[in-house]
Amino acid sequence: MCGIVGLFIKNPILESQLGELIAPMLSEMTERGPDSAGIAVYRDPNDKGCKITVLAENLDFDWSVLEESLKDSFALKKIMVTQNHAVLTLDSAISEVQDWLNENWRELSVTSAGTNIEIFKGIGNPADFIEQFDIKSMSGTHALGHTRMATESAITTEHSHPFSTGQDLCLVHNGSLSNHNRLRETLRRSGVQFKTDNDSEVAAGYLSWRLSEGDDLDQALNHAIDDLDGFYTFAIGTRDGFAVMRDPIGCKPAIMAETDDWAAMSSEYRAIATLPGAENARIWEPEPTQIYSWKRS
Amino acid sequence: MTEINLDNKSVRELNEKLQSASSGDKFSVTNTGGKHAVSVGLISAVNVDINGHVGYYCAGMNQQAKIKINGNAGPGLAENMMSGEVRVTGNASQYAAATAHGGLLVIEGDASSRCGISMKGVNIVVGGNIGHMSAFMAQSGCLVVCGDAGDALGDSIYETKIYVRGKVKSLGADCIEKEMRDEHQKELKQLLKQSRMSYGVDEFRRYGSARKLYNFDIDQVDDY
Repeated sequence: MCGIVGLFIKNPILESQLGELIAPMLSEMTERGPDSAGIAVYRDPNDKGCKITVLAENLDFDWSVLEESLKDSFALKKIMVTQNHAVLTLDSAISEVQDWLNENWRELSVTSAGTNIEIFKGIGNPADFIEQFDIKSMSGTHALGHTRMATESAITTEHSHPFSTGQDLCLVHNGSLSNHNRLRETLRRSGVQFKTDNDSEVAAGYLSWRLSEGDDLDQALNHAIDDLDGFYTFAIGTRDGFAVMRDPIGCKPAIMAETDDWAAMSSEYRAIATLPGAENARIWEPEPTQIYSWKRS
Repeated sequence: MTEINLDNKSVRELNEKLQSASSGDKFSVTNTGGKHAVSVGLISAVNVDINGHVGYYCAGMNQQAKIKINGNAGPGLAENMMSGEVRVTGNASQYAAATAHGGLLVIEGDASSRCGISMKGVNIVVGGNIGHMSAFMAQSGCLVVCGDAGDALGDSIYETKIYVRGKVKSLGADCIEKEMRDEHQKELKQLLKQSRMSYGVDEFRRYGSARKLYNFDIDQVDDY
């Protein structure tokens, strides 16, 4: 069991309250996932360059060394450190920075890359995560969150969601996949890299691979229906919004709601009930295998 | 009428109060906020009005009580209900009235997948549509659907009468369309009246068990 939440702000006035609105949603999903929590937030676009979130193994990592080294090699605009994460804002090509990090900073792992996305995650109670990362103060256009109850693999930060699936793309998953081991091997042969033995990371890797093969997000998700065996409710964050899809059996719960001010999804209504105006929102349950998406026009 | 506000009282306190109430007592529950297991295990003919959306397992194991939810209900509504009446003005999520033995469940909106799974005598009336795998392994009782039914309706059904007004996407294993005889029309008319659905019985078709799957056939002994 896991908990998923997603919030898309329609009324720009509420963008400054994104964190304040999604934090209680995430907190409400604690019972579904008390092991770890994570959030992908879309904010402060750096359209001319890129933003990369990196994760260090320990809290005592010395970020100043990385900062100096980045300044020598790239046009670093900003480095924002939170706990063992750092968001690097650079006016440089994304692939160059990623290659450089892979080569020179193997102790760091990249959790997100793009122009808008930032991903933060950690083990422990979601309430502590919300405090440590000061989620409530975050502003932005949309965010996805996840609370994890590990069933398939270990409890570590790297096993936590959201998983990056490409530039400005991420995945959160409630469910379990049964063909992830074989699929991981197949994808590895196609050049997809995996950091953990987590089943959801395979789903993320699968979507990345389909997208790199030329699929758009809808096509990639439709291929996933054929190739992924198991139970899933997926929420996929994109630069402009997010999409939701449930497996053909529809075992894992999901509920969606929309008002003039926001659109939201969650594993359960009680997370949505924390939002202003929820009692009068249009509420529905997503149909199996149908893709629901919101994006900024 | 006793009002219970779930912002001030826990679900456990609510359920203890409802379970120890006497027949005829009336309650109104507010600020439900999608909480789980609201109004479960009631054993007397009390009236409970729930104002707001509820989460998992609302009205489970109900006996005798009349429960009305002014909102939507999450998964497992009226699971294993024994008697009484549960009504939802909105939609209900997965496996509503699963394994329920008796009573009446009315869902004014849509019901999601697996509605009436393994139902054992309950009557269910759905004003809208129902999702896939509804009445799976259904054993007894009636399922009335005023809208459409999803895939694999009545899969592996034992004995249950299913009445559908709209389209059936597909029938499950051993579920077939059956003749609507006088006794079925009478039964359906009664259920529609009881649930306050204003449709004519002629608009419905009946589905039920072909009785091939669960009967042992001596001619097939070599297959085992």
